[in-house]
Amino acid sequence: MKVTLRVWRQAGAGGSGSFKDYPVEVVPEMSFLEVLDVINDELVAKAEEPIAFEHDCREGICGSCGAMVNGRAHGPGDQSTLCQVHMRQFSDGDLIVVEPWRAEAFPVIKDLVVDRASLDRIIQAGGYISVRTGSAPDANALPIGKPLADLAFDYAACIGCGACVAACPNASASLFTAAKASQLNLLPQGQVERTSRAIALVETMDAEGFGSCTNHGECAAICPKGIPLKAIAQLNRDLVRARVVGSPSKDPS
Amino acid sequence: MNLDAKLPQGPIEQAWDAHRKDIRVVNPTNKRRYNVIVVGTGLAGASAAATLSELGYNVQAFSFHDSPRRAHSIAAQGGINAAKNYQNDGDSVWRLFYDTVKGGDFRAREANVYRLAQVSVDIIDHCVAQGVPFARDYGGLLQNRSFGGALVSRTFYAQGQTGQQLLLGAYQALSKEIRSGGVTMHNRRELLDVVLIDGHAKGIVVRDLLTGKIERHAADAVVLATGGYGNVFFLSTNARASNVTATYRAYRRGAGFANPCFTQIHPTCVPVAGEHQSKLTLMSESLRNHGRVWVPLKPGDTRPPSKIPESERDYYLERIYPTFGNLVPRDVASRAAKRMVDEGRSVLPGGQAVYLDFAESIDRLGEAAIKDRYGNLFDMYERITGDSPYKTPMKIYPASHYTMGGLWVDYNLMTTIPGLYAIGEANFSDHGANRLGASALMQGLADGYFVLPYTIGDYLAQTKPGFDDTQHSAFADVEAEVHSRVERLLNTSGKRSATYFHRKLGLLIWKHCGMARNKEGLTEALEEIPKIREQFWAEVNVPGSAGDLNQALERAGRVADFIEFGEIMVRDALTREESCGGHFREEHKTPEGEALRDDENFQHGAVWEFTGDGNEPRRHREELDFKYVLPSQRSYK
Repeated sequence: MKVTLRVWRQAGAGGSGSFKDYPVEVVPEMSFLEVLDVINDELVAKAEEPIAFEHDCREGICGSCGAMVNGRAHGPGDQSTLCQVHMRQFSDGDLIVVEPWRAEAFPVIKDLVVDRASLDRIIQAGGYISVRTGSAPDANALPIGKPLADLAFDYAACIGCGACVAACPNASASLFTAAKASQLNLLPQGQVERTSRAIALVETMDAEGFGSCTNHGECAAICPKGIPLKAIAQLNRDLVRARVVGSPSKDPS
Repeated sequence: MNLDAKLPQGPIEQAWDAHRKDIRVVNPTNKRRYNVIVVGTGLAGASAAATLSELGYNVQAFSFHDSPRRAHSIAAQGGINAAKNYQNDGDSVWRLFYDTVKGGDFRAREANVYRLAQVSVDIIDHCVAQGVPFARDYGGLLQNRSFGGALVSRTFYAQGQTGQQLLLGAYQALSKEIRSGGVTMHNRRELLDVVLIDGHAKGIVVRDLLTGKIERHAADAVVLATGGYGNVFFLSTNARASNVTATYRAYRRGAGFANPCFTQIHPTCVPVAGEHQSKLTLMSESLRNHGRVWVPLKPGDTRPPSKIPESERDYYLERIYPTFGNLVPRDVASRAAKRMVDEGRSVLPGGQAVYLDFAESIDRLGEAAIKDRYGNLFDMYERITGDSPYKTPMKIYPASHYTMGGLWVDYNLMTTIPGLYAIGEANFSDHGANRLGASALMQGLADGYFVLPYTIGDYLAQTKPGFDDTQHSAFADVEAEVHSRVERLLNTSGKRSATYFHRKLGLLIWKHCGMARNKEGLTEALEEIPKIREQFWAEVNVPGSAGDLNQALERAGRVADFIEFGEIMVRDALTREESCGGHFREEHKTPEGEALRDDENFQHGAVWEFTGDGNEPRRHREELDFKYVLPSQRSYK
């Protein structure tokens, strides 16, 4: 089958970009990124610059890849990343529009590559439990009920790809932020820093230029790992609780 | 080449404690005066960087990804071993030690493996304290499952995403230390060479992948946590960017490279579907807990699996290995699959595959129970192939997955270059000739959290702190070499992408140095690889410039190193005239077709020394002494 990829090309940060069409012969078993590989091989043979795009594991877990495909983050799959999309999900003759994530907090670096370091800075603000290596009690000393452990896992499954931001009309990182905050704030190990964590993560998210959550739910609908929207509700509860119990320095113990 | 492993004396049970008592320790208030570079932020690198910073060292951490969280440890699915004996099934540090030495086919150091088994229990405690959401039972306690090569349940897991959860735990610990100021994180930097001054590792030269700027970084010690070289096969389960450059460049600077021919071919991967395939996807070994491997009894049977009656199926692992059945170690399972396909019993028309069938487990336990354990793996399989494993057996075939070989290290994890350390998959020390499932995560975190942070003190305590002279002529020399390599790549003017040559190299090495090897094939490969290298430099094209994000340039540099490295790997396979673990020489097998070791002549690690371009590398030996687990013919029958 033959399709045309209409790809956003942008030489560098801050510059302007434009769409360029690449007709390409494909087979249904090919993954979406393998189609980009083929286009790039052809470009190299013509001594033209290949399309820059991020990718690594190509099995949906590293969170490197991602682009808007026909206006949808990660393309047409259900709970899948761009690398898990295959050409059998398209039809012969399709025009496929491919753009980078668009968000103020994700500046474009080149073509489809954006800078997502803002997500790392949110985690650095407190998306962890402060435990030093070597200071832990026996792992079974603290039983955690299976439903709670399973819910914590569901939140922890986030791959940090940024699709939630790209899909959100406000470019909010609420689902990303809430997934980490809620995973740790639910677990008994995370209680000591629960209040300070909720405040620090949300303040950093705001400072990084992400928008606010206005309950569109696009983030959860598009999330390749199916992180539930109620993570945001959980974080909001923790924020309210933080206001009641006071500032991080007065964390209850 | 000095291969003194600095093994501790005395009974193995007390060796690690005794060693920690004997090595030098840096005074807590002096630690902040030492700079340590950690390259790579997977399980080993992130855990080491975080822990070194907690101890007070100044850490500079490097990753070629946009974030430390992308490292390929993230893709490990099945689990992590630990001798907790929470299942009360008779597990112990001793049993984990025994299983690992035997699983490695008696080609690993006993003292290292014993220490690994000892610290395994601390890893689980630490990760739970970090908030890693391991699977739990309804009483709230931790769950375990079984993995290949073991008769006990000691594998801790988080659905099929254990590597992700452990890496995020280490990444969060690293983030905490970045926040505290103890770690300076350098993302999107690729190591291109190591800098030695008076024979000691004193820094690295990296390329900023966004600006193309070549940077010099100095330190009092350098830690390589840069993973394995499984992508030498082109098609592998490794992430696309995983490469050998850091360890290969260290080898060229004088670090011994040990057992490069010990590579692991994982038995359960989604088979190759077409010529455009860019990578292979693993299906976790844990699936063999509930899946049964089979092929049709008759060669050339093309009926769909549902039409093949029980009496005409060959559950060959259960038939040949009744004690371990579907849970034989990886090397054994992979070779058995190859034998079935070689007999014409492949289940993939025109391709290579065997079935992994869950029908019986679904009948016995119900679809919900199987979904709870493997749901995400089944979904992943269906996304790739379009088939549902709930309805029809998976098709699987072995693929390159892990490399046991790596930089030679002593008991302190230091390479043959003083001040240069290698941890995690980048070193060679713990898995011998075959790694057991769920042991890679264990080793990466053991090295990073619990071994290196102590042993590095022994070296640093003898070193004057605070080296930061990047103006030293050694840095200028290395930087000039790096520049000229980059220029040489950009000045090529052929018509082919680097990927073309990577694929060509991979096919050659898979054919002659893959699951089965023989003298004739290896000799041929050794003649072919230099031709690929010449063709690469004559016909490759690297578009773009040096001063910019240039992924074609990154890839071309990695492929060039893989081509050179491939030669050492093949040479190692050729000189190891025995079969052991993942290294199967067709000339050396038992009458039943199993690997036949030659302990008299090959009970050693082979360590390769670089002797200059165009010269044959020199082969050294580290003799292995087995006092506790006596070498025997490995049997899983």
